[in-house]
Amino acid sequence: MEVLLACLVGAFFAAAIYLILSRHTVRMLLGIAILGNAVNLLIFTGGRLTREVPPIIGIGLDTLPAGAANPLPQALILTAIVISFSFFAFLLVLTYRAFQELGTDDTDEMRLAEPKSEPMPPAGY
Amino acid sequence: MAAVTSTPVDLSAAFVMAPTVPGDWLVILPPALMITAGALLMMVRHRIHLHALIAIPALVLLVLTDAALLYKVVAEGPVTMMMGRWLPPFGIAFTVDLFGALMCFVAGIVALAAGIAALKDINDSSRRYGFFPFLLLLMAGVSGAFLTGDVFNLYVWFEVLLISSFGLLILGSEREQIDGAMKYAVLNLIGTTLFLISVGYLYAIFGTLNMADIALKAREIEGAPLMTLSALFVLAFAMKAAAFPVNFWLPASYHTPRITVSALFGGLLTKVGIYALMRIMVMLFPLQREELSLVIGVLAALTLIVAALGMLAQDDMRRMAGYAVIVGIGNMLAGIAVGTVAGISGALLYALHSILAMTALYLVIGRAAALTGTFSLSGAGGIYRIAPGFAFASLALFLAVAGLPPFSGLWPKIMLVKASLDIGAWWLAGTILLSGFLTTVALGRTFLFAYWRPPLTTPSAASVQGAALAGGKLAPDRLTTWPLYGLIAIVTLFGLLPEGPLSLSQMAAEGLLQPVSYIQSVFPQAGAQ
Repeated sequence: MEVLLACLVGAFFAAAIYLILSRHTVRMLLGIAILGNAVNLLIFTGGRLTREVPPIIGIGLDTLPAGAANPLPQALILTAIVISFSFFAFLLVLTYRAFQELGTDDTDEMRLAEPKSEPMPPAGY
Repeated sequence: MAAVTSTPVDLSAAFVMAPTVPGDWLVILPPALMITAGALLMMVRHRIHLHALIAIPALVLLVLTDAALLYKVVAEGPVTMMMGRWLPPFGIAFTVDLFGALMCFVAGIVALAAGIAALKDINDSSRRYGFFPFLLLLMAGVSGAFLTGDVFNLYVWFEVLLISSFGLLILGSEREQIDGAMKYAVLNLIGTTLFLISVGYLYAIFGTLNMADIALKAREIEGAPLMTLSALFVLAFAMKAAAFPVNFWLPASYHTPRITVSALFGGLLTKVGIYALMRIMVMLFPLQREELSLVIGVLAALTLIVAALGMLAQDDMRRMAGYAVIVGIGNMLAGIAVGTVAGISGALLYALHSILAMTALYLVIGRAAALTGTFSLSGAGGIYRIAPGFAFASLALFLAVAGLPPFSGLWPKIMLVKASLDIGAWWLAGTILLSGFLTTVALGRTFLFAYWRPPLTTPSAASVQGAALAGGKLAPDRLTTWPLYGLIAIVTLFGLLPEGPLSLSQMAAEGLLQPVSYIQSVFPQAGAQ
């Protein structure tokens, strides 16, 4: 099971990197969304997998039952999901605004902050 | 796999039973204070005249708290506070050692300076966008990152400061800012995601995220892929700190927001990356840092040279300052690569100097642009005639940034050069000196053109443009120059009386390299054994 998930994580990373390498912001955004999921799955797998025992301490018990799932990665992933979701929402709005304002979704053509023909500094006076 | 015991568990073994000493609350106070004040500002977001009234006292309080915390840490050594009374490694620890407390204190000073400078620089519309709430939340993230003792918590604070910095970056949503923010946001997000990947592996290897716990285990563990992990951490933090191959987001974005925001970013954000790099690589993985030291050294040398050449090639003074920030990162990386007490304390001292000096540099450039009406070197001129006092202060700051005596940049540079010569890395020492020379040329040229040269534009046009750049009429002019002169005064004092910072940074570096007291403050029993 862990091997399977490891392969899935690898595939997610590959897809994410491929999409992020694109020049178009929408594709990059999709890549970032997939990247976030890849990391979440990675943390989940990193916590080791067990079957069908939820991490709930039963009545009258003090500790988790044997073979219970590790609750900590789930807590970490919960935090990471919230964060990556909010970032994705922000980036989505930013991309839309950038498309509105700059008229392109091609990052190579977004040269306002770094103009192509920038003047060189003066050499002397 | 969760550990399983069949015997009944004594829960008192998992909890801190003694009530928290009042002094220990100082550990959590800086981020708590900033979040509270930030939330308060969100509640009154429509009454923007109240914002400065709440934010400035909150920032003053932050500086005082940080100072008290620093005093406490100097007096008592590292202090730990456990969240929710859970004992480590179950609870999230806030552990402050001298390194964190020093960085926190200096960051607080810079934030206060930026807050005061913002009274004039940030106009009404930018305030309506929420400058002050973002500033306070950014400081919550920065202080939290400096104070936490838990790696995942560090990631969360990184995200807090990142999302606030997005907000600050697009304040006013001009087209240039949106372009810059696009690059900044995507690349920084990828950087933090890389950090999160490393955190995931860290947990998979160690089963714990508490830094003291990891520091203990990393020295004993065998057969774990720690080199891969360390390389990932170095890449992630190099990206956050804008080291050479992954630095291009910084000059693309730092010059687009309002100058106070640039000042804040230039001072703080990259240094948080350096802080995390030092915390993780020096304290947690000393052996792996040793292995990677050549790589980090080469990265440092390339960063130093490329950024110094970048400074020379810029016409826009703000973009030149962006490259100056990266030169500083190169210096700090050089110290981390050397890795001796002298190297680490040099890097640390450089970080403290750089936080102050880079903020001041951006503020000086903002003021210079307000006086001449342009940020471009080829168009500026005549500041010395208009404001000789300001010109002298700027010269002092330029010398400090270039690392010339008698200002603050000198001492860390001497330490770094000496430390790299001590381990025989003459090429690293040579690079530090060469890049210092190039930096001096670039800054000297700035002084020559913008300050000494007679003004090129007609005075009326300059003053009109200057007023537009300065952005409004919210406060008397004196108020904006205070933080600037204050920072330059601190930088100068730092240079003239270096003994205090020097010995503090030495102590902090020793604490990083030998984290015995850090571990003891988290695990009091472990130290007794």
